[in-house]
Amino acid sequence: MTNTEVNFLKGQKHLTRRYRAEQRFQWMGRAAIAVSLTFLVFMVSSIFWQGKGALITTKIALTVDLSAEMIDPANIKGASFDKIIKLALRAEFPEATKRKQKKKLYALVSSDAGFQLRDQILENPALLGANQTIWVSASDDVDMLMKGHIDRDKPQSRRRLDDQQISWIDALSVKQVFNTGFFTNGDSREPELAGILSALVGSALSLLICFALSFPIGIMSAIYLEEFAKKGRWSDLIEININNLAAVPSIVFGLLGLSIFLNIFGLPRSSPLVGGMVLSLMTLPTIIIAARASLRAVPPSIREAALGMGASPVQATFHHVAPLALPGFLTGTIVGMAQALGETAPLLMIGMVAFIVDIPGSILEPATALPVQIFLWADSPERAFLEKTSAAIIALLVFLVLMNIIAIILRKKYEIRF
Amino acid sequence: MFMKTLTLTAVALATVTAAPAFAGRDQLKIVGSSTVFPFATTVAERFGKNTDFKTPVVESTGSGGGLKLFCAGIGEAYPDITNASRRIKSSEVERCAANGITDIVEAKIGYDGIVFANSVASTQFDVTLADLFLALAKNVPTGVDGEVQPNPYTTWDQVNASLPAIKIEVMGPPPTSGTRDAFVELAMEGGCKTFPWIKAFKKADKKAYKSLCHTIREDGAYIEAGENDNLIVQKLAANPNAFGIFGYSFLEQNSDTVQGSTINGVAPEFEAIAEGDYPVSRSLYFYVKKDHVGLIPGITEFLAEFTSENAWGEDGYLADKGLIPMTDAERTEWAEKITGLSNLAM
Repeated sequence: MTNTEVNFLKGQKHLTRRYRAEQRFQWMGRAAIAVSLTFLVFMVSSIFWQGKGALITTKIALTVDLSAEMIDPANIKGASFDKIIKLALRAEFPEATKRKQKKKLYALVSSDAGFQLRDQILENPALLGANQTIWVSASDDVDMLMKGHIDRDKPQSRRRLDDQQISWIDALSVKQVFNTGFFTNGDSREPELAGILSALVGSALSLLICFALSFPIGIMSAIYLEEFAKKGRWSDLIEININNLAAVPSIVFGLLGLSIFLNIFGLPRSSPLVGGMVLSLMTLPTIIIAARASLRAVPPSIREAALGMGASPVQATFHHVAPLALPGFLTGTIVGMAQALGETAPLLMIGMVAFIVDIPGSILEPATALPVQIFLWADSPERAFLEKTSAAIIALLVFLVLMNIIAIILRKKYEIRF
Repeated sequence: MFMKTLTLTAVALATVTAAPAFAGRDQLKIVGSSTVFPFATTVAERFGKNTDFKTPVVESTGSGGGLKLFCAGIGEAYPDITNASRRIKSSEVERCAANGITDIVEAKIGYDGIVFANSVASTQFDVTLADLFLALAKNVPTGVDGEVQPNPYTTWDQVNASLPAIKIEVMGPPPTSGTRDAFVELAMEGGCKTFPWIKAFKKADKKAYKSLCHTIREDGAYIEAGENDNLIVQKLAANPNAFGIFGYSFLEQNSDTVQGSTINGVAPEFEAIAEGDYPVSRSLYFYVKKDHVGLIPGITEFLAEFTSENAWGEDGYLADKGLIPMTDAERTEWAEKITGLSNLAM
């Protein structure tokens, strides 16, 4: 007793100590935030720094001979465009006569140059009949040189382009332009042509399937379990299982998808349909758990008032409780989908870790996903894929940010405050 | 509002599930080795551009995984071609046969060198296979025939007095990697066999021979650096004392930062690997399901593209991607076998 009295009398001293403790805690909290922010800023800025190069590509101007001798105006597609490009290069540098030299010379432009020439002519047949100056993509090595990733001061055996090739590039007219191809092309083994569109479309289609399956199923199970199901041994068992499922490693869902969706149902391998189905298995537990939590957060008075006014349990739930819980449903769904967007492990088992050039047109055509594209590019030997990898990561982050913004807007729209 | 959202979702669900019926497959499906992947995809891309066929889908599943899928059956649901960074095993041929796949066309496409490299900032090494074995094996011979001891070597000069006194620190692929398998089989076993008593041991006790020659040390001198070869190259640039084990194409692309050590006096160069002088090189293959020729359009045309001089020739586009081509004679022989769809002979 005396002790308490003494402490009570010394209250002033205690108070300052408590204030100090609070100050200390606040500073520690701020420091923790500062550290995590520093990491985040460092990570994002280093990715942006590396990835910005992918937005720019190098073009080379060539004077090509488009006379009727080379291209028959009646049969444009039958012409050998690669040959026209090669002749144009040789006309520019007649000193390249030996086979090896010629090969080095041809390596300056992209292997796609002939196709680019063809497309330009098909688009504008008026070019035919005379010498024309056209712009074609440079090879990835030239692109790297222009971006300063190849050191001109190193001995020539230690770089991808030798002295003669560099002197040729310096003599050619070269420009750096915005790389639209990165957003409009599918994957390619040539870094200067590789784009993210096929992966982006694949990811979007898979997520669409994932949403279409997991949102209604997840919300309905949550509403039933929370509002209607009798609490008992069975509902406990189901709840434990759902919580466990949320913690299962994602590759397991891939194996499940392989054995059920592919082997038993016979759905097409590598398709966004199967990808979305596997991802929805993964997001379902997340959605159910979040939806149940948000249903539980609706004040019981709402439910009781509705029932008291004579509404049936279904009416009370769907007219009064569920709309209030909707923002929580949406948050849970978006969090689950954002997780699904970053997954590669389950996709490996169902054949989506693949090289896909064509842009998938439906949910049954082979497709890949953004994280898979990042993984495949990171594994490629060509130096130029390094910046593509970072740029694809940026695209993935932008996709994620967009999804989160949508979630915030929807939540704001449906949120009701008491 | 809430019901509306649910209805909308239900409609979306309905459209999704009522997707068009599965049409017959008109696109080649290729699976298999991640080592052959860059080459198969290059050919696939050119094939898609130069012909009216769709660009084949190439999956990177690993050699073993690819053969498993390949041998699962005949029909549209199964892949047409599988890539492998080793030859098909007789157990796999049996597995295929059990599922009705008896006609397989074997195609050898070229070679891949495995390099032992370090940063250009330090000195180039000149090692023998025996040096590599002694530096990297878990157990090494003591000097007395028939006796082994846990690897005591910590610096290179202890292994071979002519090498510098640098700590042994080698980054290489994990056991799941095909590159690791090949390195163990070609370099480690190659070095192991240089001890006459071990070589004799092979016949007496194959299992013990294998475990001695194929086991890599686990005391930290060999660092498993993951499947990503780019990562190893970057780590080498940062640590001039470390060595890395990776594919030749990564050395070629990064010749400004890393250099390959000469092994048994041969440098890992294009010509040396092509002529078989460089000791650590392996053959790359793909296998075609003959029953799919005619079932899936474009297989013969794809084979023709792959075996054209423009692709796998000495100056072909695959050589630019790092594939080491076969000799002229070998190419003629294999092209004939492949385009003639002759059956695999074990």
